[in-house]
Amino acid sequence: MGEVFKEFRFAMPALKKTIEVMQYILATDVGSTTTKARFFHKKDGVWRFYVAGEAPTTVEAPYEDVTLGVQNAVREVEELTGHKLLSPDGSGLIIPYDGKQGVDLYCTTSSAGGGLQMMVAGLIKNMTAESANRAALGAGAIVMDVIARDDGRQPYVKIQRIRNLRPDMILLAGGTDGGAGQHVMEIAELIKAAEPKARLGASYNLPIVYAGNKSIRKEIENLFKGFFALDVVDNIRPTLEVENTEPARRAVHELFMEHVMSHAPGYNNLMKWTDIPIMPTPAGEGMAMQLIADTFKMNVLGVGLGGATTNVYSVVEGRFVRSVSANLGMSYSVTNVMKEAGIPNIMRWIPFKIEEEEVASRLMNKMIRPTTIPQTLEDLMVEHAVAREALRLGLQHHRTIATRLKGVQTQRTISDMFEQAIEDSYVQMMNIDVIAGTGGLLSHAPRRIQPMYILSDAWLPEGVTRMFQDSVFMMPHLGVTSTVARDAAWSVFDKDCLLRIGTSVAAAGTAKLGDPCMVVELTLPDGSTVKEDMKFGDIKLVPLDEGKEAKAVITPAKTFDLGMGPGKAKEATVIGGIAGILLDARGRPLYFPEEDAARRDLLYKWFSTLKLYPEDPLKELVK
Amino acid sequence: MTAKKHEAPKTEKKKDDKESGEAHAYTPGLKVKRAITVEKLRRLPIPGEVLHKVGAKVNYDTKVARTEISGEPEIVKVAMVLGVEAEDMNRFMLKKVGDKVKQGESIAFYSALFGLIKKDVPSPRDGTIESASEVTGQVIVRGSPIPIEVDAYLPGTIVNVVPREGVVVQTHGAFIQGIFGIGGEVHGEIKTITANNEEMVTPEKITPDCKGKVLIGGSLITLEAMRKAAEVGASALVVGGVRHQDLTTFTGQEIGVAITGQEEVGFTLIITEGFGKMNMSATTFKLLKSFDGYLACVNGATQIRAGVLRPEIIIPHEEKLDEAGDAFAKGMVPGTPVRIIRQPYFGAIGVVDTLPVELQPMESESLVRVLTVKLNDGKIAMVPRANVEIIEE
Repeated sequence: MGEVFKEFRFAMPALKKTIEVMQYILATDVGSTTTKARFFHKKDGVWRFYVAGEAPTTVEAPYEDVTLGVQNAVREVEELTGHKLLSPDGSGLIIPYDGKQGVDLYCTTSSAGGGLQMMVAGLIKNMTAESANRAALGAGAIVMDVIARDDGRQPYVKIQRIRNLRPDMILLAGGTDGGAGQHVMEIAELIKAAEPKARLGASYNLPIVYAGNKSIRKEIENLFKGFFALDVVDNIRPTLEVENTEPARRAVHELFMEHVMSHAPGYNNLMKWTDIPIMPTPAGEGMAMQLIADTFKMNVLGVGLGGATTNVYSVVEGRFVRSVSANLGMSYSVTNVMKEAGIPNIMRWIPFKIEEEEVASRLMNKMIRPTTIPQTLEDLMVEHAVAREALRLGLQHHRTIATRLKGVQTQRTISDMFEQAIEDSYVQMMNIDVIAGTGGLLSHAPRRIQPMYILSDAWLPEGVTRMFQDSVFMMPHLGVTSTVARDAAWSVFDKDCLLRIGTSVAAAGTAKLGDPCMVVELTLPDGSTVKEDMKFGDIKLVPLDEGKEAKAVITPAKTFDLGMGPGKAKEATVIGGIAGILLDARGRPLYFPEEDAARRDLLYKWFSTLKLYPEDPLKELVK
Repeated sequence: MTAKKHEAPKTEKKKDDKESGEAHAYTPGLKVKRAITVEKLRRLPIPGEVLHKVGAKVNYDTKVARTEISGEPEIVKVAMVLGVEAEDMNRFMLKKVGDKVKQGESIAFYSALFGLIKKDVPSPRDGTIESASEVTGQVIVRGSPIPIEVDAYLPGTIVNVVPREGVVVQTHGAFIQGIFGIGGEVHGEIKTITANNEEMVTPEKITPDCKGKVLIGGSLITLEAMRKAAEVGASALVVGGVRHQDLTTFTGQEIGVAITGQEEVGFTLIITEGFGKMNMSATTFKLLKSFDGYLACVNGATQIRAGVLRPEIIIPHEEKLDEAGDAFAKGMVPGTPVRIIRQPYFGAIGVVDTLPVELQPMESESLVRVLTVKLNDGKIAMVPRANVEIIEE
């Protein structure tokens, strides 16, 4: 099963049937607004996606029981298929399938009620605190704040902050094993003095995972005894050279089940319904991304662009890192994207004239009525503009987490031993082989070229990059399913979930509009050849069907690079998809004319060349 | 507001025929009720003492529960200041754990070389010595407990007591929800300051006698009018819309994530329709205007995510209760009054005409479930079901 399953190695649960004889699997994702059921069926020996059902999530008043929303979503599946799944007495699902009714496996992910919200503390901001941050994010948490001894805040400011946060859980790290423990104890005392309260009720002790210097475990236990539900695990940084996030990550997940989920409305019941533990949605999504990397043996950069959060995943040289940007999203958080990115950055993606105030009002109105959807083309394009910025900011955030270990002793000089400067992220677009997207806006885009193009604008892939897309938002479902039924999950993933949109070929560098950028020669499967002389500022789509391969020789101009060095030709196999091969000579960074009318003209040219939107309404808009 | 557990919203059943009889509206309508029973849970953040029993009559400012939260802690690095090892620190402590101390009072003292070297550690605040760690050399001085009180917010009767947590206050009155607000709980007499629901709120409409009042306006409040309202000391302003830039300028901060209620800008602002110039719904305006001179209990707190909380205006009165049920609970059927909440018909009001089952293409090319709405001017508009809200009146 490879690396993919390291993250959630549960004791194998007692399933009602072995995987081999299963015929029906049901997976749900209890989202913050919608509960999404996905029904999988093995037909003629092959697992396929069967049908989807959705219903509003019922975690909040007046319902306050998530199982109601789950039942409604499953009921929709029943209605669409005629296959009975729910127990008549309301006690859950009929498990296993008895030849007529029921399902062999039921599992779920959840992000309802705000997901898993954590506070992280460590000794040094760029070392143990950063490792703890990665571990918490790796468990699918939203990290509310990272407290460190050297974070620049006075102790009383930190205490105030902790008092106001009300996290679901705290992860405390710090110190290498056997090192001095005094400073870690200082942080621990600060946390205790602040008396943080759990978000979901003041009546139980807040869980704390301690993953720091093992020599002071006893002192930590004495300090926290009676105040917190303490779980002690192996040190996250046993030595400066080693980061060991796995035990902390697993502990966070177990406590999530024990403490957080069991206090959320209806989860006690839902936990009884499922065959395997409930997983946070970003964790499920991340497993799906790992599944791609594991199968294709490639570097993958993925994203779940949701309504409230943007989750970015990278698997580079086998190292998996997840970031959750809690307040970047397309509905609840849409105005925070506007706030973080600034209106001018959103406006730059809009090819027609519109007042800033009008765009701001529309986004505010979307935020206060988050379930509405764009009806007009104009509205859709405004949302797509915001999406590019949410994705850009999400990747920016991800890069601050996906860094090399800091504080590691290197061979360079002795003075580098405690290098604290921010090091470059290893997530470099030239090294990314696959980009994969999921989430409502990307999955529901009316034209399949739209997510490919939006991701290209936002992330600026370089070199040759395959582009994948979740078809109907089921990556979290397949992620959780894969923990026990890997082959079934992969079968559905490969055949029904993972849309191959195409391949992007993009040169890094910049020049004047119209200057030579790259020459792309494609030898198509039928032996015919296509030669495209791409000038700077051009973009073009070459149709190549899904599964078809073409041999490409790409020769960049001397100031451009495709990964082989400036001006050096690259040979590659490019694989087609629903959209085809996207030849992108718009420069890295992307070139925008300063003059507004010229910018709009250029955007219109790109949009119409790619047939990104319906032609006549687009023409009408930009007129 | 407390509410009985409802049955969960059911998704619409797929049918073979071309129209569904009833559908669930994705966006719950805002409540605009003339006379209903309103219940509010008034709860302490941590357990404490409830001050009244079931049946007690309370005014809006009656304290109903109180508690204390532990005081602010302050960390004093005693060993470091004295220049001694952490494990030796307790030898030099003048106060022990549990002792009360005054600000400036010595908590530790070190003397060497026959008194030539003296080091003194004063307490940074009034409080109690909570801990003195021999591992870190830190002493924590905890400030005096901070009292917290909860008032009734509504004039009415206590109908339930949650032991050690709070009470449920019940009243009868009008209940109007806005779509977005800033500022917390305030009270005041209702005063309508525009002639109709379409007129804008401009500074000259806000006169000194607006002080302490809950002002009702029409379509939009300007930046200058917000400044004037703060200047005269209005309690609250209820209006159809506000411009994003004006609100940002006035509050001095851009709204990122909609969790509001803590702002202190001089008054509580509630918008009933949305951002931009938007006529207040005629029904809402008429209802509010009819209560001119009545006391209103207003809260601007809004939270869109994780527990939807909308701003509200509650006007206690003795009128007979509405007989009508909950329109949202009944679902959407032909004839249900709805408001369209997105372009290109944003703000238009009408009634559900048909509820086609088949997905329909929009101008954006999205294939979505739709409904047709017969607008007030007689025109028929096709819109996504997600883009309407049921008008509850």
